[in-house]
Amino acid sequence: MNTAATFPLNAWYAASWDAELKHELLARTVSGKKIAFYRTLAGEPVALEDACWHRLLPLSMGRLNGDNLVCGYHGLVYNPHGRCVRMPSQETINPSACVRSFPVIERHRFVWVWPGEPALADPALVPDLHWNANPGWAGDGKVIHPACDYRLVVDNLMDLTHETYVHAGSIGNDAVAEAPFEVSHGDHTATVTRWMIDIEPPPFWRIQLGKPGNVDRWQIIHFMAPCTVAIDVGVAPTGTGAPQGDRARGVSMWVINTITPETEKTCHYFWANVRDYRVNEQRITTEIRDSITKVFHEDEVVLEAQQRAIDEHPDHIFYNLHIDAGAMWARRLIDRMIAAEGRAPRSAAAE
Amino acid sequence: MRFDTNWIKAVVQATRDLTPGIREFTLAPEGGATPYPTGSHLTVRVLIYGRPDLRHYSLIGEPREGCWRIAVKREDPGRGGSRYMWSLPPGARLDVAPPDSHFELSRDAPEYLLIAGGIGITPLRGMATALARRKVAFRMVYAGRSRSQMAYVDELAADLGPRLEIVAEDEQRTIDFAAEFARLHPEAESYVCGPIGLLEAARQAWQRTGRRPERMLYETFGSSGRYAAEPFLVRVPRLGLEVEVAQNITMLDALEAAGVGVLADCRRGECGLCMLDVVAIEGKIDHRDVFLSQRQHAENRKICSCVSRAVGGAITIDPPWRGDPVLE
Repeated sequence: MNTAATFPLNAWYAASWDAELKHELLARTVSGKKIAFYRTLAGEPVALEDACWHRLLPLSMGRLNGDNLVCGYHGLVYNPHGRCVRMPSQETINPSACVRSFPVIERHRFVWVWPGEPALADPALVPDLHWNANPGWAGDGKVIHPACDYRLVVDNLMDLTHETYVHAGSIGNDAVAEAPFEVSHGDHTATVTRWMIDIEPPPFWRIQLGKPGNVDRWQIIHFMAPCTVAIDVGVAPTGTGAPQGDRARGVSMWVINTITPETEKTCHYFWANVRDYRVNEQRITTEIRDSITKVFHEDEVVLEAQQRAIDEHPDHIFYNLHIDAGAMWARRLIDRMIAAEGRAPRSAAAE
Repeated sequence: MRFDTNWIKAVVQATRDLTPGIREFTLAPEGGATPYPTGSHLTVRVLIYGRPDLRHYSLIGEPREGCWRIAVKREDPGRGGSRYMWSLPPGARLDVAPPDSHFELSRDAPEYLLIAGGIGITPLRGMATALARRKVAFRMVYAGRSRSQMAYVDELAADLGPRLEIVAEDEQRTIDFAAEFARLHPEAESYVCGPIGLLEAARQAWQRTGRRPERMLYETFGSSGRYAAEPFLVRVPRLGLEVEVAQNITMLDALEAAGVGVLADCRRGECGLCMLDVVAIEGKIDHRDVFLSQRQHAENRKICSCVSRAVGGAITIDPPWRGDPVLE
């Protein structure tokens, strides 16, 4: 058992996009667990421990035979529950022969896996990202694999001040860094709300809105422990009532992020952008996805450099600023989940 | 999955006699009792005539107040593990391996049937609680000689109500497997733990219903047979040996002690590595393994020496030793 942990195990983690998972084997590590994923012929997702019961060869090196997985070494056959249903050269099957099967569920265009105690895997705990699979919203996304602690990505998303400096050419401007913000939290969520009133919109938003003049811009960041950040963003012409709740003349977008720890220092970062305007124009979907790909690559460069700097300064710990309140609530909620599993959280990233 | 063993020290916190022949042990391991999937067992280091050996005991229910619980049936004609356990008073120390699981309850069957025979109730006790909590369709059939000799009957009756059926021999009752299986959902799973006769009857009845074999799960530690264990002689003509197998040791141990090369791994009748060719048999073979099929048991050409025994005389076997070949 780890003496200190950076992520809980009792949580649903996104393991793949819906379209990534096919009737073929996909090897992916989720929260340190090596898992072989596939879909049955009926399309149901399956998640099995990626090591044969017999000689531990990764099952992801085997092949599928109908709904069953055949080990690529000696041909032991496992069903979607991880039970061995065939052994070579014997008339019976060893009753102990099985590999662990993980609870898995498909929802909001992602396939989610629960690496912890199976009895606790309540489908109601899947983060609510319903905008990602809703006809009123259009968009798409990708997955990237940054070489950093997933919590550095959470930190990044919980304070968008960095847009001004990391993404100066697209979505950032001085208003983001200077506007005041409010932070609140619950038992499982933390929220950072920032309104920028009567500002000149940055280039990306000018194009999306397609109208001249100053705007009211919002960024409402919803953290759902341990690693999902759904950000409600948009702009509306100033004076049309958006801060009071009328967004009818503006444009809204959800920036969906769920960052699955792969190991303590690598992660799978699934993101999507969905919008409530021009929802039938695939061109807009593709253009936004391409431009966000570039924006998030700028983040990836920073996050990986930050992880290297942390590793190069093992005796240094972070300072925290006022702007870090959202990230600090997120980390506190993560640490609570880890502590609830009877493990010690490793709360300072650079210890 | 199999894991390397890290032995830990445990103290017998309390003992409780569940029936005249079954004693429950509450064990406090150093560092606290870790949780385990229901159906798991503990491996315990026992001493038999001063010689260390290992025994596996199913864990009862869930960890409670930092302790694990096991229940041990006293087998006076047994190999000595239970007599050792019964000799331990509260406060005694012993070495245990952390819980291991070969008999795990699945998460998503539409219906479950638990079948317990005698001391085989131990891994199923926790499964019944887990299923009751899940609110899934299930029943437990629990067979034994008489209610007074069956552990946990009262608490199970309280927990399960009409979902529990007690089948006591002294009430002239036996399990009607065909009827039990006929009323199950087509994708139901059955979990069986009990003496080999009950297990074999259940497996055969299951097969006759045409149900998939992997939907019947069972556990056996290879410790029960159709006949009581008795001493017997093993003739090994290829090596010019005759080996006595005492009533309280296994044929495998006796052969190893006599210097006969035999492979073994699971030592509970599952893996088949200790299987030997049978040349002749005087009396009967009490097949106690689950590696060989029913057909192979009937043939009597192989014996799994870790658990199976000869009854009523002697057995002649041929070990795999052939000397070193001269290659030309």
